[in-house]
Amino acid sequence: MNLYAIGAIYRFEMARWFRTIMGSLLSPVLSTSLYFIVFGSAIGSRMTDIDGVSYGAFIVPGLIMLTVLTSSVTNASFGIHMPRWSGTIYELLSAPVSPLEAVLGYVGAAASKSVLIGLVILATARLFVDYEIAHPILMVSFLILTSIAFSLFGFVLGIWADGWEKLNVVPALILTPLTFLGGTFYSITMLPSFWQNLSLFNPIVYVISGFRWCFYGSADVSIGLSFGIVFGLSLASMLGIGWIFKTGWKLKS
Amino acid sequence: MTPILSIIGTAKTYASGVQALKPVYLDIMPGEIFALLGPNGAGKTTLISIICGIVTPTAGRIIADGHDVVEDWRGARKTIGLVPQELHTDAFETVLSSVSFSRELFGLPPNRNHIEKIMRDLSLWDKKDAMIKTLSGGMKRRLMIAKALSHEPRILFLDEPSAGVDVELRRDMWSLVRTLKAAGVTIILTTHYIEEAEEMADRVGVIAKGELILVERKDDLMAKLGKRRLTVALSQPMDAIPPLLADLDLTLEDSGHSLALTFDAKSDNSGIASLIRRLNEAGIEFRDLRTEESSLEDIFVSLVSEAP
Repeated sequence: MNLYAIGAIYRFEMARWFRTIMGSLLSPVLSTSLYFIVFGSAIGSRMTDIDGVSYGAFIVPGLIMLTVLTSSVTNASFGIHMPRWSGTIYELLSAPVSPLEAVLGYVGAAASKSVLIGLVILATARLFVDYEIAHPILMVSFLILTSIAFSLFGFVLGIWADGWEKLNVVPALILTPLTFLGGTFYSITMLPSFWQNLSLFNPIVYVISGFRWCFYGSADVSIGLSFGIVFGLSLASMLGIGWIFKTGWKLKS
Repeated sequence: MTPILSIIGTAKTYASGVQALKPVYLDIMPGEIFALLGPNGAGKTTLISIICGIVTPTAGRIIADGHDVVEDWRGARKTIGLVPQELHTDAFETVLSSVSFSRELFGLPPNRNHIEKIMRDLSLWDKKDAMIKTLSGGMKRRLMIAKALSHEPRILFLDEPSAGVDVELRRDMWSLVRTLKAAGVTIILTTHYIEEAEEMADRVGVIAKGELILVERKDDLMAKLGKRRLTVALSQPMDAIPPLLADLDLTLEDSGHSLALTFDAKSDNSGIASLIRRLNEAGIEFRDLRTEESSLEDIFVSLVSEAP
């Protein structure tokens, strides 16, 4: 195992993130804080409780996930797409670095950033709303696992995308809408039957529901299913990455 | 002596059907400087990219310092350093962090002394804290070399190292290459600056249309294919070569103002003495004599133009 390479890639990616800390950390924290102010404090005070949880507290897990999912995908995709775009990928391809080691470096850094952002938003939320965490260890585990799963997906996206426009399409046009429709601001049990059933095809529902369960002990779907979906996404992405490195798709000619 | 690099029937055909590289067989000896010459698109970069693991070959094997580049890719890659033709850099990194990153990427622990030595040798140390985007093209080229040397490779590939660099940097690089050779590093450089190969190479390979058409020691090649030429500037122009000189390999040039004699560069009997004696005997006066030796470039152009 080339531990030096893993460490070098990880530190390289983290350093890039810290160089742009205003955009990479403060920006999502600020935008999420605005959600808390508008939906949590202002509108939330006039909303009824959901499953015995105040509306302001109810949306905390969903808003954290909204940022964590987007951050995971964009950070990981950018991390591997940038060297492809700039041409510096030659160094990674010619170095004694296995696919697993490259993934550990890039995805590890992207997931670390997402976990940090998630925890900062969680702390920021406390300034606006009161919330409880029923299962703190599971909450952190779920946060880490979700960050890894979506960072793995982002890594695949970063290799698949031929340009910056394609790179932004998935987070902006697919991931964010699915997250908004995945129960960030509501419980899917509040929807009419047809839309409720349709929502079950949205994988983000399981992610937000699982994370919310870690806070309040109740969810739209079972926690086991939520963990299963996140594991499944991780596994599918890892298989995809393995295939990419084996065939050299989009990396080697 | 065991070759440090063996290329055994390596070939590349792209999915489009384009054959970029016909089977190449080549052994490179430890510590030698091998220049791979060829016009743009000849297959030089493809061959280097295959050896370095960037391009997947469709046939053949490559052994680098005893490691098969496919089966024992980790061992092989540790021994190889690559300076690509294009200046691919991370614009927002500092010079020092970029070189240090390269060393660790190749599985070696940080070694500040080694990194500092390389950077000083390349006149980069003063720029260690500078962002790469602020460097000139020449300094970026030095940085690429520093990155390639950071993990102490035994085989160094320089892909068109002089592309777009000024004369001073070119001379500096040649000097560095000689220093590396003295330290036992094997250097394979691709170039279409023949002067570069002529200056440094021990052996020369010529590649054209994906085929390695010739591998020779540079000196042997020049001896074998090199020609010399004597030009005699005549005091009076002539219309035709006089019958007295007809048996010599002479051509009349410059509207009859010059006679040119072409002969083998290494031949003991060049014919110069005979020509001068016979010019005197024929009463032909001349005002100047000039000799020229064909360069590697002339040989290269001749070989490539003859390639099928």
